[in-house]
Amino acid sequence: MADESVQGENSEVDEETSDLNPEEDSKKDVGRDILDVLEAKFPGSTFDAEAFSNFEDELSITLKPDSLEEVALFLKDHEIFQFTMLVDLTAVHFPNDDLPLHVLYQLFSIEKNRRVRLKVRLQEEQSIPTVSNLWSSANWMEREVFDLFGIDFSGHPDLRRILMPDDWGSHPMLKSYPLEGKGERVYDKPQRKEIGE
Amino acid sequence: MYEIEETKSEIQTKTVTGADELVVNMGPQHPSTHGVLRVILHLDGETVTDLDCDIGYLHRGTEKIGENITYSMFIPYTDRLDYIAAPSNNLAWVTAVEKFFDWEIPIRANYIRSMVGEFSRIASHLLWLATHALDIGAMTVFLWCFREREMVLDLFETAFGGRLTVNAFRLGGLEQDVPAKFLTLAQEFIDIFPSRIQDYETLLTNNRIWLQRTRGVGVISGEDAVDFGLSGPLLRASGVNYDLRRAKPYAAYPYLDFVVPTGENGDIYDRYIVRIEELRQSVKIIQQCLEQLPDGPVSCKTPRTIKPPVGEIYHSIENPKGEFGFYIVSDGSETPYRVRIRPPSFVNLAALKKLCVGGLLADVVAVIGSIDIVLGECDR
Repeated sequence: MADESVQGENSEVDEETSDLNPEEDSKKDVGRDILDVLEAKFPGSTFDAEAFSNFEDELSITLKPDSLEEVALFLKDHEIFQFTMLVDLTAVHFPNDDLPLHVLYQLFSIEKNRRVRLKVRLQEEQSIPTVSNLWSSANWMEREVFDLFGIDFSGHPDLRRILMPDDWGSHPMLKSYPLEGKGERVYDKPQRKEIGE
Repeated sequence: MYEIEETKSEIQTKTVTGADELVVNMGPQHPSTHGVLRVILHLDGETVTDLDCDIGYLHRGTEKIGENITYSMFIPYTDRLDYIAAPSNNLAWVTAVEKFFDWEIPIRANYIRSMVGEFSRIASHLLWLATHALDIGAMTVFLWCFREREMVLDLFETAFGGRLTVNAFRLGGLEQDVPAKFLTLAQEFIDIFPSRIQDYETLLTNNRIWLQRTRGVGVISGEDAVDFGLSGPLLRASGVNYDLRRAKPYAAYPYLDFVVPTGENGDIYDRYIVRIEELRQSVKIIQQCLEQLPDGPVSCKTPRTIKPPVGEIYHSIENPKGEFGFYIVSDGSETPYRVRIRPPSFVNLAALKKLCVGGLLADVVAVIGSIDIVLGECDR
């Protein structure tokens, strides 16, 4: 994936005086205002911005796992951006990467009609702080990511499987999970093991 | 890899503490749970003190399937998500994939897409109204709604061959133009449908039983609704004016004139009023589509193998249930690297505990009905 070069060139822009009118942004600098504010507030916490397309809602900010909580809270309570809604929370597995598990947070601001995607890259079996205390919608979506990817959300009030059976032995959305045959489908509770094998 | 602490049944027995608390299992084969939803209710007398949803009975691994087939092959799988409004799901998928490219979708195709999308909204809201009224005890509405829904399904059959899982759209437009009969049937439907909406309203809107069962029940404030990520009529009934057709127009919606209805109280009655008004707005939109429908091709020129550039997109549309989105990661090959479905039913259902706890047992059925879930899309 993208290299971890810190984009700190424009960090001298003041938080209060930065131009926040999205219409004046050129297409390539979509979401530049959000990045400038974030870089001024949290120096070194943003890795890179992967603005893939020219659509305004495709800004993607990659964060360090430690800084996720404070950046998320900052964006949610920010008086200009007001990302009050967590629309989606999901993960992607890149087994060949150094940081194979990417967790994504799609934030949406109803007031400003803007979207931003926060991305956190994790090691296998690395836990990540929950955001369910910030957005209630994260509760079930984190349970789903735990269920399908095995990512541990520390501090989650009720981290149980949600889609798969409770005693399912593995996490089916990982790329290592086979498409056919028995594969990893081993039940970890003894009574189911007899039936399953 | 990770230890699962305890099974759901263990939790169920563990939390039974006082002698006054009663644990009642509802579903998964209960007619009022609209599919295979299981709800574990903790009751103190008639009052719900705690609630736990058990979903996943209909989990088919659609996202995993999507990682292993081509972009075009995934279109029929989206039919099986929200199977009440299959064309809407198709629309979400094709517009999401088209976002990777700079194809110019013909205007006629966009108009037909909007029109069929609104018909699927009508079909979905009619089924919701029918079953929701039946849950609360109104039998006639059920029969009347299905009478009109049948006409919508006949329309789908005329244009696309399918009735429930329609598979309406293709990447780049439509497979073929809709027949002339579709347009005349659509016009006939639009002519009679407003009076039929009036008929439903005479049965329900001022009905004393209906008012007692729905007013002030299952209330959620606008702030809480945003916090829970609710979308669609559920969010608008709480007074938040947010509709993706207006906020981020797709297909032909930029050219169409319609009103986004909102409620005030965020109770079941307001959700009913919002959906009824959405039916009227859908009629208005279809009428405009029929009047403005331009001639021309219905599909742009697309490559034989669809290979999007490396990257990721998130695109969502206003499904009848709420914000229905796709997050797609492309690695440049013919198959998506990751397909994530953003399910409105799943997210909306997560608020069930908030809506039900503190209320009465009899209202649980009404609240589940008012959320308007489809388990096919909830469990994926």
